[in-house]
Amino acid sequence: MVRIIGFLVGLAFSGVLLLSLLINGVGAIKEPAEKTAEKAGFLLEPKPLHLASDGPFGKFDRQQLQRGFQIYKEVCSACHSLKLVAFRDLRQLGYTEAEVKAIANQWQTEVPSINPDTGEPATRKAIPSDHFPSPYANETAARAANSNALPPDLSLMTKAREGGAPYVHSLLTGFQPQPAALLKQFPDAKTPPGLYYNPYFANLNIHMPPPLVSDGQVSFADGTKPTVDQMAKDVAAFLVWTAEPKLEARHATGITVLLFLLVATVLAYLSYKNIWAEAKRVVAPKGPLDPENRARRATAMSEAGIEGGPKPDGA
Amino acid sequence: MSFGWAQEYQPKSGFMRWIDQRMPLPRLVYGAVGGGYPVPRNLNYFWNFGILSGLMLTVQIVTGIVLAMHYYATADGAFDSVEHIMRDVNAGWLLRYSHANGASFFFVAVYIHIFRGLYFGSYKAPRELVWMLGLVIYLLMMATAFMGYVLPWGQMSYWGAQVITGFFSAFPVVGEPLRIFLLGGYAPDQAALNRFFSLHYLLPFVIAGVVILHIWSLHIPGSGNPTGVDVKTEKDTLPFHPFYTAKDGFGVGVFLILYMGVTFFWPDYLGHADNYIPANPLATPAHIVPEWYFWPFYAILRSFTVDFILAAKLWGVLAMFSSILLLFFLPWLDTSPVRSGNYRPVFKRFFWLLVADVFVLGYVGGAEISPVNIALGQFASAYYFAHFLIILPLISKLERPLPLPNSISESVLHGEAEESAPYGLATSGPVTAE
Repeated sequence: MVRIIGFLVGLAFSGVLLLSLLINGVGAIKEPAEKTAEKAGFLLEPKPLHLASDGPFGKFDRQQLQRGFQIYKEVCSACHSLKLVAFRDLRQLGYTEAEVKAIANQWQTEVPSINPDTGEPATRKAIPSDHFPSPYANETAARAANSNALPPDLSLMTKAREGGAPYVHSLLTGFQPQPAALLKQFPDAKTPPGLYYNPYFANLNIHMPPPLVSDGQVSFADGTKPTVDQMAKDVAAFLVWTAEPKLEARHATGITVLLFLLVATVLAYLSYKNIWAEAKRVVAPKGPLDPENRARRATAMSEAGIEGGPKPDGA
Repeated sequence: MSFGWAQEYQPKSGFMRWIDQRMPLPRLVYGAVGGGYPVPRNLNYFWNFGILSGLMLTVQIVTGIVLAMHYYATADGAFDSVEHIMRDVNAGWLLRYSHANGASFFFVAVYIHIFRGLYFGSYKAPRELVWMLGLVIYLLMMATAFMGYVLPWGQMSYWGAQVITGFFSAFPVVGEPLRIFLLGGYAPDQAALNRFFSLHYLLPFVIAGVVILHIWSLHIPGSGNPTGVDVKTEKDTLPFHPFYTAKDGFGVGVFLILYMGVTFFWPDYLGHADNYIPANPLATPAHIVPEWYFWPFYAILRSFTVDFILAAKLWGVLAMFSSILLLFFLPWLDTSPVRSGNYRPVFKRFFWLLVADVFVLGYVGGAEISPVNIALGQFASAYYFAHFLIILPLISKLERPLPLPNSISESVLHGEAEESAPYGLATSGPVTAE
């Protein structure tokens, strides 16, 4: 009964699936799906980017993180919040306690607060335990200032986009005029006014104006040449840190854990072999490995013309 | 213990004897963990995955309990509390990455465990209940994993919850009210998040309970083995300790190296980038996909594209549930008296075809929708059902199995390695000298 019902159910599901396959196949041949500019090869994969934090032994380059932070401070923070990171976290970039205090104190946006006398909404200067204040009071204000687009929070950017840090680097350096080939192939796909063509962005047109426009837009204290590419790299490295501040601890712990596990596993393997070798010895005199049985078996196998049987001596 | 030679509990000290006479707890534990439990001597490494699944359940419960101390299940705070764990809780990043990847490795262990059962006929008499209890565990795991994935309240959490609870609305009349009842609202929100957290905390303990039943029912007939031949004499067995504890110790080591390697060096590889974006009911992600361990089922769900008598969506939901429920009937669909695939030449070929089929389904379930992928998914889904419901019963009737060894110890003589390795992993098939 189970088998009859099963057979019918199987026939029904497989039948409907094959019917779907047939109808879809005919449909796909009759009306092929319309191509879009993204699917026609105009959407590019991020350019390769190598950072000091890559790989299992990767560590942050603190100079680079400080440069990246400087770019966030002077460029990105005009529009983008960084709300998961606190000023105190900057200590990990190599800033001293006094420097962190100064950075917090002089931050361009103040922290929302309450007037202690009247209870009215007010603002105050940031302190190290504060998270970075958002440049806009709320989402509505952010959208109003950016022609209804919302600048995303940058804290997790390198983990929240498929391409990670290379994507950030490519996007920041990827602004360019729309290729003529694209317009020729898709005349309707012209970048709308107020948007900017960027071949690394999912739908090719991004609301964000090019943020890094010219070499020397910021000046680095450590003497690194502030080219657009260098600035994009540094800010990508900085955003790897904001997304994963415990990366170094993770790498270091991971290597210790794996070394421990390797040694433990080798020991476990040796003890397994040792214990089982004994099992085979124990079975030999009384079990099927008995020399007499082996001899009988070897004779039977050679008579039957089968090679590779046990040696009669039981070795 | 059903084996005549299974050792009774012998208290080793006066104190344990004193306890045992008043309350036989030591005896109960001894029996439950398989002390004095005779195990077939020819088990291969595929028999490690039961212990490994149990280990992963333990890891998930321990890390999960600590994570719950720092997590708050509110629609406003859940996402930030997860990031608080990642940034400000001592070793919080380790706990969270271990838990998130632990779910994946739990499924890796369980999938290998299930496919080992499929190949070696572990579902056949007298172990039908062991198999069915295992499937209950698997269903509970799926529910737990789904609800756990919702808790960080990222974009994939939110939209995954939206899609999966949407299955229920495929049923006519009762579907939509049922969906609203389950969610506690028209869309996933505070009510849904809170109940998912409550159930995500509860279900692992239910799983642990069913695991006890799974092992209890296993200890009646005893473990199967790669030949599928019953244990005949004590010579066919070895005590679980120290022989299999040693072998499991090595297996645990290898498994942990892989699990920890991913956890420490590719912690986000198995996840989805969109889940690092906070849930936003107004922005639908471009591709909503569940976690990888649901991909084959997601492919089956999406493969039904034609309204034929029933709506396509209802076909998909019914097929998806059936694809797991049919496994409960496996002991009666496969009527061959031979358990092990090693002695079933035709079955063996179709088994590996099924493995390939499930990988294809997995690929399709995780890939973007395209005409080619849809066609591939439809073909692979059709084979999945045909395999279990049509092909397998027919093979059982028509196939002529190879001669079985007389006993386990005799098969060990042929060469343990060859006997115990599945087809394709050993150099040649079993020797049949008789």
